[in-house]
Amino acid sequence: MKLRINLFGSFFTGLTLLATLIIFAILFVIIGNIVLQGHKIISWDFITKAPREGMTAGGIFPAIFGTVALVILMIIAVLPVGVMTAIYLHEYAKSESALTKTIHFAVNNLAGVPSIVFGLFGLGFFIQFVGAGIDKFFGLEVVWGQPCLMWAALTLALLNLPVVVVASEEALRAVPSDMREASFALGATKWQTIRRVVLPQALPGVLTGAILSISRGAGEVAPIMFTGAAYFLPYLPHKPTDQFMELGYHVYVMATQSPDVEATKPILYGTVLVLLILTLLLNFIAIFIRSKVRRQMRHSV
Amino acid sequence: MREETEAKIEPKIPEISGKKIESFTPEILVEKLNFYYGKIQALKDISIGVQENQITAFIGPSGCGKSTFLRCLNRMNDLIPGARSSGKVFLDGVDIYSRGIELSELRRKVGMVFQKSNPFPKSIFENVSYGLRIQGIGDQNILEETVERTLKDAALWDEVKDKLDQSALKLSGGQQQRVCIARALAVEPEVLLMDEPASALDPISTAKIEELIQDLKKNYTIVIVTHNMQQAARISDYTGFFFMGELVEFDQTSKIFTNPRDKKTEDYVTGRFG
Amino acid sequence: MKSSKVIENKAQAKPLVSKKRFRLSEFIIEKVIFLTSFFAILGVILIFVFVFREALPVLISPEVKKEASLKLFFSTIIWQPVSDLPRYGLIPLVIGTFKVVAVSLFFAIPISVGAAIYTSEFAPLKLKEFIKPIVEILAGIPSVVLGFFALMVMASFFHSIFHSTMRLNAFNAGIALSFAIIPVIYSIAEDALNSVPRSLKEASLALGANRWQTAFRISLSVAMPGVLAGIILGLGRAVGETMIVLMASGNASMLSANIFDSVRTMSATIAAELGEVVHGSAHYNVLFFIGASLFVFTLIINSLAQLVVGRLQRKLAGKI
Repeated sequence: MKLRINLFGSFFTGLTLLATLIIFAILFVIIGNIVLQGHKIISWDFITKAPREGMTAGGIFPAIFGTVALVILMIIAVLPVGVMTAIYLHEYAKSESALTKTIHFAVNNLAGVPSIVFGLFGLGFFIQFVGAGIDKFFGLEVVWGQPCLMWAALTLALLNLPVVVVASEEALRAVPSDMREASFALGATKWQTIRRVVLPQALPGVLTGAILSISRGAGEVAPIMFTGAAYFLPYLPHKPTDQFMELGYHVYVMATQSPDVEATKPILYGTVLVLLILTLLLNFIAIFIRSKVRRQMRHSV
Repeated sequence: MREETEAKIEPKIPEISGKKIESFTPEILVEKLNFYYGKIQALKDISIGVQENQITAFIGPSGCGKSTFLRCLNRMNDLIPGARSSGKVFLDGVDIYSRGIELSELRRKVGMVFQKSNPFPKSIFENVSYGLRIQGIGDQNILEETVERTLKDAALWDEVKDKLDQSALKLSGGQQQRVCIARALAVEPEVLLMDEPASALDPISTAKIEELIQDLKKNYTIVIVTHNMQQAARISDYTGFFFMGELVEFDQTSKIFTNPRDKKTEDYVTGRFG
Repeated sequence: MKSSKVIENKAQAKPLVSKKRFRLSEFIIEKVIFLTSFFAILGVILIFVFVFREALPVLISPEVKKEASLKLFFSTIIWQPVSDLPRYGLIPLVIGTFKVVAVSLFFAIPISVGAAIYTSEFAPLKLKEFIKPIVEILAGIPSVVLGFFALMVMASFFHSIFHSTMRLNAFNAGIALSFAIIPVIYSIAEDALNSVPRSLKEASLALGANRWQTAFRISLSVAMPGVLAGIILGLGRAVGETMIVLMASGNASMLSANIFDSVRTMSATIAAELGEVVHGSAHYNVLFFIGASLFVFTLIINSLAQLVVGRLQRKLAGKI
């Protein structure tokens, strides 16, 4: 009887191990396939030149440039707002007040909104309300009231707000409270304590959130499809009202709408590989920072 | 050696706001302080005076309210949600619980050293100079001079003078506690509150800290909370015995330990309970 | 008596009793931080308002309602907005979404919950520190890359095995979708299993149970609300996911029970058609209406998950 129970148990334990191994396999196969097929086309030219001949030759530099520009604008918008929200929630607000609960509720729900709905929002609010409004106010033709870097970046900023807030809150929570007490007992004010003692210690965690949001911002396509991304532009974006090429969007259009799939396949795989390297590298860095901080804390306690 | 005072000290000091009694010159005068954590009353009608430039010790069994009382003296309890109090606490004649009190200035004047040392994860130098920096003092010469002076006062200078840039966390427990003391001294307080300053330390470090405290009273008014009766008997000039949120007895230390007035006090100091 | 009074000499010390009730800079900073934290709430409200604004005509404008209304949505099974006689049957879209999500959950739940149990109950310490980062890397793969992989590689692979009539279908998209939601379910479930107090597991072992008995009878049952919350959030993510289905499902709005047929999901419909639609037309309003429905659905899902997690926390704290 005991033997049967044990056999049964070992079987189920084995199943859970199998499940874990399946996840490893999935990751391995996907990354392996992309690296295998894509590495051949990666070259210095590929990264620094523009596409030619209907996307069958040349490089994808404009897409890389556009992605970087997009992400930079996004982080400028989302990082201060997210960190300040976290500071308010953790350092200033009375815990469990109606306001903190509402903010947490809003943050959690933002995190669950489908990315295409963000795209709709970007179109309906930023482009058709704010943008059109700005144009009307200044008597312009269509300048702000159209898809462009600015609105795409702001849409992504809203999408990533929960990532930054949650990571920053976790970082603030990890700073031991006796650090704050020591600072107060020396006569520092609340903001002085936050600026000089709490934030420096919370920095790695905040950085983790920032990097994760950059990674997501570079990878999401649905929010930017109608708010600024374009498949082919003969110029690089140089003002916030310009449209831009973007890695993820490029992959989508090329994969689903290119007239000659076989001819564009190498460039397609190359683009995917570049996008993958970019996002995974960022994730690695973020995870690395986070685990280093957690290990540090375990030792100092 | 402790000085002999002539006047009798009453456990319950009558409401004389800011006026000094004969030879008892309290730097801090507490009048009917009550303190509540939410619905629970932690301190009942405490009235007491803390003598200038002397060491006053608060003793009592755990949970009796002595640490709570200590934290009332620099309003650190304000940080606890649900905490409230009534009564007056006079520092040099000013009620620190009245309106318009600049809290950060109060905490500079009434410094605190915590039970578990809590140096910042910064260098020794940055730890000690922190208090000056937040006051806006950036002059390197002044900072260096202050750091040296206070580390000497804290009897730590010789041990760390060559490694001021090292992280304070690399020091031993006793050394970290002395960094915290130096740090508190750097802001030039009038009163130094110490919550079980040596409880986390080994006997040798404890002896050093006790020696340090006795040196400090020349320039500062010291209040310590300790669960170690012998320590209170060794180093303090005045002792207050707390029990279940009440100040049962307050007198010169020698009297408390040799001839206490209250039976509870006697039971506690003779070890019948604790 | 006191040593050199640096602070008071420099006249830096503030008076103990200040005439001003506050310091200006501290006050301003506090107010700025306070106001900024409203952005999150503002964001949700704005999304609500502006998505619903464009969706509302479907419900209240008589003009639009002639072409597309709630009644019309469900009275036809054809989704053909671009034609002489535009028809907005939502049923094929809803069924399409359902098929893809069902496939993805069918695969994702056992794999992610199983792996979560293995990680928190059985895995040796060295392996544990390895597994979580691997799952996080999987989570970091953008959905457009997963869609690409499904389109280029998986579709042909499944085609060679199952010989379905359509290469891009609900099954293909569903499997790819499961890759995206496995990390979601895994991390929440694993967190929940980890927060089961060690003392409970030790008590079970001390009574003679072995490790897997403890895992399934104690850990899993105590952590069940957390695991459930993870599944609920995975469901929400699956319903809202766009790029994977856009690229891998075939995008044909047909109604069938066969999972190897192409489908059109609600989210993919919006993405596929919003680019061509005329601003302000009925079609435009309908697309926003679908988006609004997705938004409401995920709001409900999220609230449900939070409720369930709240239950877990109260259970662990002994309040239930």
